Amino acid sequence: MTRLYLSCDSCALSVGADELAQALTAQLGEQIDLQRTSTRGMFWLEPLLEVDTPQGRVGYGPLTAEDLPSLLAADLLNGGDHPLCIGLVEQHPYLARQQRLTFASLGHNRPLAMEDYAAQGGWSGLQRALNLSPQQIVDEVKESGLRGRGGAAFPTGIKWQTVLDAQAPYHRGFDEAVKFIVCNADEGDSGTFSDRLVMEDNPFQLIEGMLIAALATGATRGYIYLRAEYPHAHRVLQQAITLAEQQGYLGEAILGSHHRFHLQVRLAAGAYICGEETALLESLEGKRGMVRAKPPLPALEGLFGQPTVVNNVISLASVPLILSKGGAHYRDFGQGRSRGTMPLQLAGNIRQGGLVEVAFGVTLREILYDFGGGSASGRPIKAVQIGGPLGAYIPPAHFDTPLDYEALAAVGGMVGHGGIVVFDDQADLGQMAAFAMEFCALESCGKCTPCRIGSTRAQEVLARIRQGEDAEDNLALLTDLCDTMEQASLCALGGMAPYPVKSIVKYFGEELHSVSQTPSAGGQH
Amino acid sequence: MAAHIPLAPVESSTEARIRTLAGDLKQQPGALLPILHAVQDTFGYVPECTAAVLATELALSRAEVHGVISFYHHFRTRPAGAHVLHICRAEACQSMGSAALERDIKQLLNIDYHQTTADGSVTLEPVYCLGNCACSPNIRLDDAVHGRMTLAKTERLLQLLKEGQA
Repeated sequence: MTRLYLSCDSCALSVGADELAQALTAQLGEQIDLQRTSTRGMFWLEPLLEVDTPQGRVGYGPLTAEDLPSLLAADLLNGGDHPLCIGLVEQHPYLARQQRLTFASLGHNRPLAMEDYAAQGGWSGLQRALNLSPQQIVDEVKESGLRGRGGAAFPTGIKWQTVLDAQAPYHRGFDEAVKFIVCNADEGDSGTFSDRLVMEDNPFQLIEGMLIAALATGATRGYIYLRAEYPHAHRVLQQAITLAEQQGYLGEAILGSHHRFHLQVRLAAGAYICGEETALLESLEGKRGMVRAKPPLPALEGLFGQPTVVNNVISLASVPLILSKGGAHYRDFGQGRSRGTMPLQLAGNIRQGGLVEVAFGVTLREILYDFGGGSASGRPIKAVQIGGPLGAYIPPAHFDTPLDYEALAAVGGMVGHGGIVVFDDQADLGQMAAFAMEFCALESCGKCTPCRIGSTRAQEVLARIRQGEDAEDNLALLTDLCDTMEQASLCALGGMAPYPVKSIVKYFGEELHSVSQTPSAGGQH
Repeated sequence: MAAHIPLAPVESSTEARIRTLAGDLKQQPGALLPILHAVQDTFGYVPECTAAVLATELALSRAEVHGVISFYHHFRTRPAGAHVLHICRAEACQSMGSAALERDIKQLLNIDYHQTTADGSVTLEPVYCLGNCACSPNIRLDDAVHGRMTLAKTERLLQLLKEGQA
């Protein structure tokens, strides 16, 4: 019997992995042992089928059920050669050149198999944390240099220290002086999917990270605030939490200790602003997702007024390794003030889109060409938008910028949550500038005037510029409006919506002035 | 033979069902969103009487509940068609030609966003990111995401729906 591996991640499913699995089982039945594993994160190859051979796993992709006859004719079950064969998967340059720390398990585990998680070194960070004092755990995270991977890049250890030091008041609803760990899983940025990968492909890693955060800060309850657009991740997380409860990792007396931690998933409802931490807390409390003024910091007065850690999925998923191998091990990756690795997500018009986890410091050009292989359409890359819908559009002149927090900021960009969306030379960036403000207007919570009104006015001004109406005066007005939004908005949505617009004015100014004939960007079909 | 039991004050079955859904969840702090999800999962939308019923159940004002329902894009206040088709409008999908796909699908179904086809089979909605940005453009048909979409593939999916196989 030959062992085969095929991802059950929602990306693989979206391009026909289940249909392929059915065809394989129907045709090969008893001859194969088909394992449904996590994805490798090489999404242009999905569905990617791997075959166990004495030399290692040989990969084939992207496949459809129609490829089966020719694959079988090419001796698939012995790793035979075929036009869709990529050779030994582990030696594929896309994987071999990465430094996968947070995503080390990808491709090696069945997402809901606890024995697979343990075999990949899972729970060893928790085991160590159970023998440390809260301060020692916080110190380990501080030592690692980990900064919030959701986009704000705030040092995680310092946030945890604030919650550890906070005195929680008694809360009547929970009948205890409760502190919370809230996982921000409202991954709304276009071009990002690393949170989804953790939740769908290795959910116990997130649970372990939250448990360690709880031990470090004295929190007893946790919520995963998950976007409603991720139904597959929702199902996987629910099952993972149930399994972890059954095995004594969640609930009362964690692994026989005196610690307890109750975790539940709360489904969001399709509001981008709820990825902002204070809007998220309002939403968890059952309210409109309106941004709160800071202070007070959520670390001191967060969910239901209690001390609360709010961390992104990737930040929390980075913690088990930091605890098991030590903060110094993690810190030794990266450069300057950007320590460790960043799971970059290569998306849009790119030939080899997927997850690229590398130490900070690799250049954008290496990511786009060495990993990405250039545009999917084969046309020249005109711009990349980094860090989601509020990120700047970076022109090729800056492609040699190293990817770290400070270097990107120096050219007006940001790492954000690590999404890189690629546009070829047919993209209409004037249209993308208009879209940035359209999106901000649609998603503004409405609490502060610069964001609520400014985004709509900016759309109107951009439309006038694009139609050539008093272009110069309107451009001055747009610049002024962008400054107001940037300086006076309450949160990052209004404060950063001008970034994509200003970058297009700066680097692609001529595109603002003509309404293009095509409705939007190009791309191959 | 059971004795005659006087009926409770007349209440529509919709209201009663919403009250039951709320009853299961309302003890947990911040219960409004979980309850609204349960209501929409049950009815396919959030019926008009929901705000009044939940205001009583949760000791909130009707305005507060209405404010929450109307804030979130996910909650719909009118019934949808038998299937909901979401087209991703975010940047990664735009970079792979989603604007053209969007136009073609609207033409194919002969409806705009937030509308339902004449036969009641499909409701069309925009969505901003399905998290499958390396396989753009993407659509979501009910709970399933479909990547690397083209008009032809969409037509085939809709055909399968008609034949009851999707």
